[in-house]
Amino acid sequence: MANYFTFLSIFAFINVLVFLPVIHGNSFETKASQFFSSGHTNNWAVLVCTSRFWFNYRHVANVLSVYRSVKRLGIPDSHIVLMLADDMACNHRNPKPATVFSHKNMELNVYGDDVEVDYRGYEVTVENFLRVLTGRLPQSTPRSKRLLSDDRSNILIYLTGHGGNGFLKFQDSEEISNVELADAFEQMWQKRRYNELLFIIDTCQGASMYERFYSPNIMALASSQVGEDSLSHQPDLAIGVHLMDRYTFYLLEFLEDIHPASQANMNDLFKVCPKSQCVSTPGHRTDLFLRDPGSVLITDFFGSVRKVEITREAINLTTTAEQPVEVTSVRREVKSEALSYVDQLPVAEIIHQKPKQKDWHPPDGFILGLWTLILLVFFKTYGIKHLKHIF
Amino acid sequence: MGLLSDPNRRKALTTLLTRLNTPICVVCYLAGIAWFMGLAFEPFTLRTYMSENAMGSTMVEERFPAGERALATGREFAGHKRKAGGMPVDWLVKTMQDRGLEVFTQSFSRTLPFPDENKERYMVRGINVYGILRAPRAPRTEALVLSAPCSPDNSNNQAVGLLLGLAQYFRNQIYWAKDIIFLVNEHDLIGMQAWLEGYHHTNISGMDYTPLQGRAGSIQAALSLELSSDVITSLDLILEGLNGQLPNLDLANLFHAFCQKIGVMCTIQGKLQRSDWDTAEGYTHAVQTMMLMVLKQASGRPWGDHGLFLRYHIEAATVRGVNSFRQYKTDTTTVGRLLEGMFRKLNNLLERLHQSYFFYLMPSLSRFVSIGYYMPAFGLLATILLLRALDLWVQLGTPTEVTEDGVGEVEPVSINNQGSFDSPLTHIYIDLYSKRHSTFQMLFISGEGTEQGWRVLKLVALLYLAVLLGCTALINFSLGFILAITLVPVAACVTPHLPKAVSALAMVLLSPGCTILYCVFIFQELQEAPVSLSEGWMLFLSVISQGILDHSLFGSLVYPLLALLVYPCWLLLWNILFWK
Repeated sequence: MANYFTFLSIFAFINVLVFLPVIHGNSFETKASQFFSSGHTNNWAVLVCTSRFWFNYRHVANVLSVYRSVKRLGIPDSHIVLMLADDMACNHRNPKPATVFSHKNMELNVYGDDVEVDYRGYEVTVENFLRVLTGRLPQSTPRSKRLLSDDRSNILIYLTGHGGNGFLKFQDSEEISNVELADAFEQMWQKRRYNELLFIIDTCQGASMYERFYSPNIMALASSQVGEDSLSHQPDLAIGVHLMDRYTFYLLEFLEDIHPASQANMNDLFKVCPKSQCVSTPGHRTDLFLRDPGSVLITDFFGSVRKVEITREAINLTTTAEQPVEVTSVRREVKSEALSYVDQLPVAEIIHQKPKQKDWHPPDGFILGLWTLILLVFFKTYGIKHLKHIF
Repeated sequence: MGLLSDPNRRKALTTLLTRLNTPICVVCYLAGIAWFMGLAFEPFTLRTYMSENAMGSTMVEERFPAGERALATGREFAGHKRKAGGMPVDWLVKTMQDRGLEVFTQSFSRTLPFPDENKERYMVRGINVYGILRAPRAPRTEALVLSAPCSPDNSNNQAVGLLLGLAQYFRNQIYWAKDIIFLVNEHDLIGMQAWLEGYHHTNISGMDYTPLQGRAGSIQAALSLELSSDVITSLDLILEGLNGQLPNLDLANLFHAFCQKIGVMCTIQGKLQRSDWDTAEGYTHAVQTMMLMVLKQASGRPWGDHGLFLRYHIEAATVRGVNSFRQYKTDTTTVGRLLEGMFRKLNNLLERLHQSYFFYLMPSLSRFVSIGYYMPAFGLLATILLLRALDLWVQLGTPTEVTEDGVGEVEPVSINNQGSFDSPLTHIYIDLYSKRHSTFQMLFISGEGTEQGWRVLKLVALLYLAVLLGCTALINFSLGFILAITLVPVAACVTPHLPKAVSALAMVLLSPGCTILYCVFIFQELQEAPVSLSEGWMLFLSVISQGILDHSLFGSLVYPLLALLVYPCWLLLWNILFWK
């Protein structure tokens, strides 16, 4: 009997020894496949503010807030095409020159000192926007003004301004229609200029802009339905204008909680700014998107998550295939904590927001008072003689 | 065949027209009056709203602190004014320079055509002082104006004090995108006219002035301030300008919005808005407010220093502080805050105010009637003239109407049966030309007319009156409407067959001169300062002299219109009455 058991254990142990690397190898494969599951290798962002003039301050603040979030989560300036009229910070009417604030009481200056505007002033036109998207730019265009995406790029497109049913107004002189936009995206698809596209629009009747999309792999969000107006959030009385639109304000608050390793997915994004906060009804469209929105991470579009694992070990890549066994065994031994990058922007120190309380604790004084009351009632009912048992 | 070219149908139409002419005319007249009176009824009016996007609902924080210091400055100004016996130019220049403005002066002189008894001046000589606050970062392309008059008596001292206080406060702000001109003008309207003419390099009134040394760019909006007491109970807004021109309604909306925000009681025509529009008193109140505006607009004179800006397409209004017997008083700091808020909003403008209405009537400060709603009232009155003219034309066209033998005149071309000409209008023109020729020949050569003669004259007079009143109503609706109310019945009803004495009296009573007299009495009634007959007569004479002075000083067109265009028409009708 003991013989049988020892034989079984040795057999198991040999199996484990033999098959463990295979299992590990399989998990390595699955891990590698998970590594590339979203299908994209680089991220781009095209952020457009289509309004100019002082009373459209909030549109510029909208775009700059998204710009800062996107930069914070890792997309570099070389991969961001920012189109702004850029006449707010240095406007004669700005009581705080060289700033654009997004929060009341001037808590956060989204203009900062490292904004790179690619298309500024009168260059923000429908033609330039469509050329950026489709890539039909003249040879002399500098790299910073081009969207050099390929078929493995995830692109975030954010538009804000004044819009209507089926159109978006560009700088008071022209409009882009939803049909033109849909055709531009189709051109991008046929030229394989994107892997997946996230389209966010914060204008009045924004949902009309994504109604006509017909290319695959596009997910769209809008701040209001057809027939509804998107409202602005709060005026700052010292500056004299509205600082942000509601949808983007709550979007910014949502994005502040996202860090590069966050696992929040698109379903959370769809819940941003419900009707109670936004007054308008935000809408979204996922029927053209191939993956399930629940499996799409926010950082797939908003961040440029480089699939990097930091290690202190040197890995020799030139030896044969048995090497992975040693690598895994080495990895099993050196079980150190995962290394990570330092936070690029210490946001929590900048935005003074109330800390989100996950569980609700009643205030301390309340508990104290409650217990005092209970004790008093107890002693009133049962007499004072019990006191000496307590003290 | 068509309706008008088929002779049978045309005859039916014309008989209908002739038969029903008088009833339709009466109905139209009553409908026109009723429509006009109905304009003040609140459900027929619209609530005022801000049309300009750049001045939208974003409110600013007003922080003007120095009301008391402004009053002290005003008292200093009063002292210096008394000492200098006029405008204390040196003190003003020095004070403005201390506040960091670029100060310039302009002297002007004018001799009136005859002595003005209301203001007791004949040869006017004065100096305007103005200081320019340059926008710290903006190019000097646009400007706003804040002005206060330097009155010879003891009024408007606080206005100048507040102006200087605001100048000091504005100088410390960096958010100005337009230059602000602080103007103190002497001899109110005459000084303002001199300054504006100097600023825009024109000379339309024959004023003698020195050219302006300093300039600030194209003026987008102007506010004139009249404040004569340390505390006020309400602020009155005055909109009517020269020739009945009104500023853009957005300026009134801006004022109203700030009054509501700050909580100052605001009035228009000196009357506070009532909330009981469905009662008789509420309705009469609204009608009174509207009638005051109509009468002021019809007079064609500028009712505040702002009135002269409008000619240059500069939206301007006058804000007057009123201190009456109410409990709740507003201090100068609050008035300063209101003006600061208005200027900050005007600062946000990117182009001239043009989104809202330029032609409107206001039964109260928060309600208005636009041109599309009030013009039909005048249209109904003009229809009477055209109906009468059509009737006369029909009568002239049918030869059987002629009862007495005419003195050799051109046979009236039978208009009804001509099928070859294109339109009946060419018929009218040809006939009128030929007939008028002959009519005047008859008038001056033969000395006696015919039945045809006076009809033709009346047709001419009716058409002329219709065109004249129509053009007047387009520019100055109130003037056109008031003239129409009295002249249209006269023109419609006058024939030589009426009893001479009674109708002569009626015509005189309905002449433009008597219309002015009635308007004077009604105006005084509405102002709650009714006058007796003799006082009213003196007032009437002064109104006429003011009209002539306005015409020569500022180019007001009411006097030449009445004297040269309306009165000859009335004389034509008088001629018809006494036709032989």
